[in-house]
Parts: sequence; C-alpha cells; structure tokens
Amino acid sequence: MKADYTATELLATVASKVLEDGKSVFVGTGLPMIASMLAQRTHAPNLLIIFEAGGIGPRVPVLPISVGDSRTFHEAAAASTMHDVMSLSQAGYVDYGFLGAAMIDWYGNINTTVIGEHDHPKVRLPGSGGANDVGSFCWRTILLMRQEKRRFLKKVDFITTPGYLTGPGAREKAGLPAGAGPYRVITQLGLYDFDEATKRLKLLAVHPGVTIEQIQDNSEFEILIPDHVGTTEPPTPEERRLLREIDPTGMAIGK
Amino acid sequence: MKVLSEGCGELIGWHDPDEHRAWVRANKSRDLKDKRMTIADAVEEYVPDGALVALGGFGHVRVSMAGVYEIIRQRKKHLTLAGKTAVHDSDILIGAGCVDRIEVAYAFGHEMRGLSPASRRAVETGQCKVVAELSNAVYQWRFLAAMMGLPFIPTRNMLGTDTLKYSSAKVIKDPFSGKPICLVPACYPDVVFMHVPRCDMYGNAQIDGTIIEDFELARAARRLILTTEEIVPESEIRRQPWQTAIPFFFVDAVVEVPYGSHPCQMPYLYFFDEEHIGEWLRMSKSLEGVKEYFDKYVYGVKDFTDYLELVGGLRKLDYLKKVEQLRAPMTAPWLKKRG
Repeated sequence: MKADYTATELLATVASKVLEDGKSVFVGTGLPMIASMLAQRTHAPNLLIIFEAGGIGPRVPVLPISVGDSRTFHEAAAASTMHDVMSLSQAGYVDYGFLGAAMIDWYGNINTTVIGEHDHPKVRLPGSGGANDVGSFCWRTILLMRQEKRRFLKKVDFITTPGYLTGPGAREKAGLPAGAGPYRVITQLGLYDFDEATKRLKLLAVHPGVTIEQIQDNSEFEILIPDHVGTTEPPTPEERRLLREIDPTGMAIGK
Repeated sequence: MKVLSEGCGELIGWHDPDEHRAWVRANKSRDLKDKRMTIADAVEEYVPDGALVALGGFGHVRVSMAGVYEIIRQRKKHLTLAGKTAVHDSDILIGAGCVDRIEVAYAFGHEMRGLSPASRRAVETGQCKVVAELSNAVYQWRFLAAMMGLPFIPTRNMLGTDTLKYSSAKVIKDPFSGKPICLVPACYPDVVFMHVPRCDMYGNAQIDGTIIEDFELARAARRLILTTEEIVPESEIRRQPWQTAIPFFFVDAVVEVPYGSHPCQMPYLYFFDEEHIGEWLRMSKSLEGVKEYFDKYVYGVKDFTDYLELVGGLRKLDYLKKVEQLRAPMTAPWLKKRG
C-alpha cells in the first residue's frame, strides 16, 4: 500500500517529536525550521526557537528562506545579535541544536565543507556556517539528513562539525564543552541515537515499512542494531495540514 | 604559553593591536562632518585592488548591493573576501571576477535555494582560492577581538575538527580551567560595506531588526561605507539615541540609495526579489550567462535608479514590500522545480 504522506513530511514530524516543551532549540535552514515550528504548533508551544542571526523566540509566521530572514524575528522576544546568541549557546542556554548534514561518520562527525581534497575540491560545499558552533555548544544536537551509502561514511573527507570525534571522551579532551554532542540522527529510513558506551550510531526505530537490511544497505559503516527496534509514528492528517500551513509554498516540504 | 595545535589557514586582516591603535589615531577622524558622497566616489576612494572586503548584513539580508554592484562596475581586482554568512553578495562578487581569495565561514550556497553555480565553479576551478575555514561564530568573534583592540579572543568551538585545522586559530591550555581552548585572531577588514535603513549625514546609523554581526564588524572595519535607505536629520537620530547601532566616527562615507539592498531582503521594507535572484542562478550556470547578466544589470545601467527601473520599477518594489509585510504570498522560480 502506498503511504499517503511523503518522506519529507515523515522526517519533519519525527524530528518535531524529539523536541520538548519549555526547552530551547538553535535552528538551521529548511527542515529543522519546519520541525521546530511544527513542535510549537503541537506538543511544544513554549519551545524557545533561536536563530544564528539574532532572532530569539519569534512567532515565525511562514517558513523563512534564510536563518537571517526577517521571518526569524517576527514578533520575537528579541531581535539581537549573533554575538549574543552564540555566546548564550556557549554559556549553556541551548538544549537542542538542529542541523542538516551532507555526510556523517559513525560518531556523528559532519562534513559540509568539501568532497575530495580541501585545496583541490571535487565538490565545494558551503562550509561550517553556524554548524560547528551548534555542534560545539548545544547540549544535544539533532541531525536531519538523507541516508545513502555515499553519505553515511566510514570516514568523512572533512570534519566540519564535531560529533563524538574519535569516540568516548574525545570531545572533552579536545576542549569542547563537556557533556554535549549528537543526540539523534533522523533520515528517510529511520531514527538513530548514539550508543552510551561507544558513542557510535545506533538504530532506535525504523520508519513504517523500512527493513533492517535497508538501514544497513544504505550505510558504508556498520550501524549498531539493538535487540528491540521501534517503529516511528507516521504523520497524522492534522500534522500534514499544519506542515502545509507552515510551508505554504512547499519550499522545504515539497508539494 | 605553549601552543598545543594551530590551523594552517592564512591569517588575514590581523594587525598588532598597537599598530592598529596608531592607525586609528592617525586615520579615523573623530570630527563630526558631512560624509555624504556618491557610491562611485566611495568605492574609488576606499577600495584599492587587493583589499580585504567584508559586507554587513547576512549574505542576502540587508546587504549593500549598491556597493557590491559599484565594486563590479569599477572592475576591482584581486580582492580578498571575508566569507562571513556570504550568500548572494559573495556569489555576485566572485562571479564577476573581483575576488581571488576568500576566507570561508559560509559561502557558495544560497540557503533554501541550493548551491551557487558561479562561485562554486570559481572555487572548483581554482580561480578563487579558499585561504582559510572558520565558523560563523568565530568570524564575528574575530571582529569582536578587533573592536576590543585585542590580539585574539578565546572560544570553545572548532576544537577537534578540520575546520580548526584549516583556520588561522591556535589552541592553548587555558591557564584558569586547565582545559584546551581555542584562540581566534582579531580581523580588521580594510573596507566594509553596510546597508542600513537610516542614518544622518555624519553616519550615525540605526538598524531595524537583528543587528547580526554589524555591531562588531562596523567597529572592526578600517574603512566603513554606509549605504542607507534614507538620510534623516541629525535631530531624528538624537531623539532616540539608544537606537544608534553605529556612531558617526566609525563611518567614512554615507551614500543614500533607496532599495540599495535589492534583490536581497531589507527587513520591514522589502522582501527578496526571488524572480531576480532566480534569473541570476539560472544565468550563472554558464560563463556566457554570467557575462550576459553583468552586461545587462551592471555595465549596462547608468546608476542604481536605472537598475531598479530595469528589474521592474515601482510596481515590482511595491510588490516586494507587500510580501515582506506578509500582505502577499511569496513566489519563486526555483520553487516550481520542486513540485
């Protein structure tokens, strides 16, 4: 049976459920914005959204094009500065960081800088932007990305943003804020967390209709599979309606 | 103090703090004087070939496009660009061949619109070299160090990553906590262009909406050119002085250019001109298209007023105002492809 929702809608709804009411989230471009806006319109009305250009606690009317767009400080608690929001993140005020990623390894290290050699790039990507800051400072980072073998890599060409670096304790040893790091990875196939002992990517739940084989086949590295794997909830009609309301042009959610 | 590790990125825009103090004393006037001039004169006077240029705003939000177009019109060469939150601004400047070198926090992308064909082509073919990497927070803290007159600022990001390896930062052991800490060097751009909603003829400027990193960048800049939607009487500024983000003595030139951020967004005033940005993204897929674009919109127009007429005139600008104020829905050519 063909599902009556799209993969992007599923990604957005699963991601929104990771967020909690009364907490703060640092949000990147696109799907992370949609997921946070959906959380506010469902279970987390008091989710504090923070944008890197200085938007703090806005009532975002429709999906912004940019994290610096005036929609990111529409009826906001404050229209501030990057220095302010980056500093308050470094000081521990931000619970969740929400990032898109091009490629990751099994410790959740992210590459958004370059494919190939840095000085002779095969493909040049935009670079860190605020991603390294979010991955360094936020207590828990959530990654939203497309899962393919060429994106779930044994070794990324460039570590733009820190995951768990080389494993347990590596972040703290490098000098990054203690006790923070990647928390969830959400792809079109499933929902992942990181194993407490090894800090390696571990399957938490598959999306409806997805098999464990598909999970593994779409990764170059071995994904830890626990005995009990859950299944995510598909988007409800109400959630799908809200997604259209948030993104009326289908900019990120599609048409 | 022992350096634990350091990046291999080129250190750009750094000056010894005493050298900078002396430069400021000799070159930055504290005199309250009329700084109004044309954008052509401002670029001619303050943008030598080879300069380190930074642009205020957020890549495609509150950008001095009037400044960007004039740099291109005067065919400035061998510029180094501060790729801080760089989007349409850098794509256009790199596409026009004005920039050889860029330090990258964010560049070569158009956020929701996808990647930037022109600047990606330039970097992938080696025409534009990435001299260092860093993050958005680090770039604005480099400007913070500069505005404070310090050689560096300590931060707790980039550590353990390749972003740090390719940056100009250094890691030491923090003498207080005993933990490794990242030191990011001050950065003083040779010239900064910033677009603001209003300022007076002396340069006292106010910004509506997020200031982004313009508070720090204005103070780090050696030369600061303001383009403004309107020049207001000094009394209007002094009526609400707490609104002033940039006081006059940081400013070297004031240029009145209504809609001077077009096709980028100006908060509360006008939305992105997605039709125009879409045209650039489409044309810039080929070198011929790039040439055609600049011939039409930069070399082929007399001035910014002429350019505004060409992109749709008052009717278009009125529509962009409605979209910005949520009175009309946005549309974009790049949206249609996603259906």
